[in-house]
Amino acid sequence: MDMIITISSGFFLLIGSFLCFSGAIGLLRFPDFYTRMHAVGVTDTLGAGMILVGLMIISTDFLVFAKLAMVLLLTLLIGPTTSHVLAKAAFHNGLTPKSLSNQEKNNKEISSSNT
Amino acid sequence: MLMDLFNHWVVITLMMSGLYIVIAHGNLIKKIVGLSVFQTSVFIFYISMAKVDGGTAPILADDIVQYSNPLPHVLILTAIVVGIATTALGLSLVVRIKEAYGSIEEESIQQQDNQQQDNNAHAKRKQEEEA
Amino acid sequence: MIDIILLTLLVVVAIAIIRMKDLFAVVMLLGIYGLLSASFFVAMDAVDVAFTEAAVGAGISTLLMLVVIAMTGRKEKTNRHKPLPALCIVLITGGLLIYGTFDMPHFGAADAPIHQHVAPRYINDSMAEVGVPNIVTSVLASYRAFDTFGEVVVIFTAGIGVLTLLSVARRKEDAEKISSINDSMHEQHLVIRIVAKMLIPFIFLFALYVQFHGDFGPGGGFQAGVIFAAAIILYAMLFGLNTARKVINQTFIQLIAAVGVLLYGSVGIVSLMNDGNFFNYNVLASDPIAGQHLGILLIEWGVGCTVASVMMIIFFSFAGRLELHQHNERVKNQESS
Repeated sequence: MDMIITISSGFFLLIGSFLCFSGAIGLLRFPDFYTRMHAVGVTDTLGAGMILVGLMIISTDFLVFAKLAMVLLLTLLIGPTTSHVLAKAAFHNGLTPKSLSNQEKNNKEISSSNT
Repeated sequence: MLMDLFNHWVVITLMMSGLYIVIAHGNLIKKIVGLSVFQTSVFIFYISMAKVDGGTAPILADDIVQYSNPLPHVLILTAIVVGIATTALGLSLVVRIKEAYGSIEEESIQQQDNQQQDNNAHAKRKQEEEA
Repeated sequence: MIDIILLTLLVVVAIAIIRMKDLFAVVMLLGIYGLLSASFFVAMDAVDVAFTEAAVGAGISTLLMLVVIAMTGRKEKTNRHKPLPALCIVLITGGLLIYGTFDMPHFGAADAPIHQHVAPRYINDSMAEVGVPNIVTSVLASYRAFDTFGEVVVIFTAGIGVLTLLSVARRKEDAEKISSINDSMHEQHLVIRIVAKMLIPFIFLFALYVQFHGDFGPGGGFQAGVIFAAAIILYAMLFGLNTARKVINQTFIQLIAAVGVLLYGSVGIVSLMNDGNFFNYNVLASDPIAGQHLGILLIEWGVGCTVASVMMIIFFSFAGRLELHQHNERVKNQESS
């Protein structure tokens, strides 16, 4: 039983750390604001959530378990909301996704070459 | 051995960057940010002095022998809240300066002040001549 | 190890703050700086301090700076004169200070002078003398209550100062017109409004928990006050200033700020009248420990009231000014067009 608990919690912790790490790399490597924000959103919600689940599995005390569960609920509620608000603010201020602006550019080029 | 004083050196670096911002930058908001950096460096200094090797947070529990020093914690805890209150006071002064001068750059405020003084002196001289 | 990494990051952020010209980015970096120092405080066992710094340094101070930047503009003018003299002064001072550190006790040394003076008494005797597990609370509210009283008065005074500098006197119809325009801007943020509606009651609950659990764990009046104010500020930001003003009466919070200081001071007066020293809670009840508990409860309550209402006063003053600025600009634009 102990073995299963340790292994499963280690598994979740590993996934969580991997997601946080990949999120950090994504923040550095992705081309524009929206893709970068996607990376950060994954770190915020899934990375932190997985680490919390891993910690919940090995917690022996019920109080610790309950506190971690509350923190998990809070992250699940707040993480997506902040991503949404950030993206909305960026879009309202006229920041277009890179692929979209590329497309527009291409369309313009096509239309200008046609005329 | 070398790392024993690392905390103090970092504190001094932060403190000096705060001081540099306050001296070298003309923007009043930037100056207040510099003061905040300076202030936080002092907090870090106090808190790292309070740390004892192998100690834990100063909340009494049964099976703990070594606690960190609680006194600096108390001093800094209150200082943080006082710090934000005084920073807010400084910011409100900045807002009033902006309303009065139309700028928060030190140089242009100085310029306007000098101009005002010159104008006043001129007016006074004229009055005296007329009298 | 982790503290060395955090300190290095702090230095990096400080250098970035020096080099940035965009004030918006500077303020965001200051928020990061606050959060990093809060993490450092956790690593240094100062849980109460970390709590306060996370709420104040990363939360409220960033917010206030942003409001001010919205009024004053976000670009810093490049200064023409050379910063060489400033650099000289800073380098000389820093060099002298570093020379001074060589006589300092080493980091974490248990025999440093700071750990020899009054700290052993606080650690060994506070359970018998005050009966509160959290030593920080017992020192803050009992041993050094007079000191804390001074701090609360400073906060109160700063609140009054902000109120005098920024309070806007205006006619009622005007106020309603301004606010109705601003309120309509808030209608569109539906998702965040609903999430905030779900969260705000829990933030209040958490603030009360921090207030009354401060004897046993990290927490107390200062932290609780800031968290309480943060909930109200969140509400004001999402539902418009006018709605928030209807919920929280401005005269009422000014009254509460004064009542908090008064409550704190009167605990001292009552202990004086019961033949004790100023802020000696032993005389408040027949049992000294019960007296201490009662005194600490009342004082933390006073601190919480003052801090929460002063933070709210500060926010509402700044936001009211911003509203007025936006209104004036709008009027100017209409006249010119």
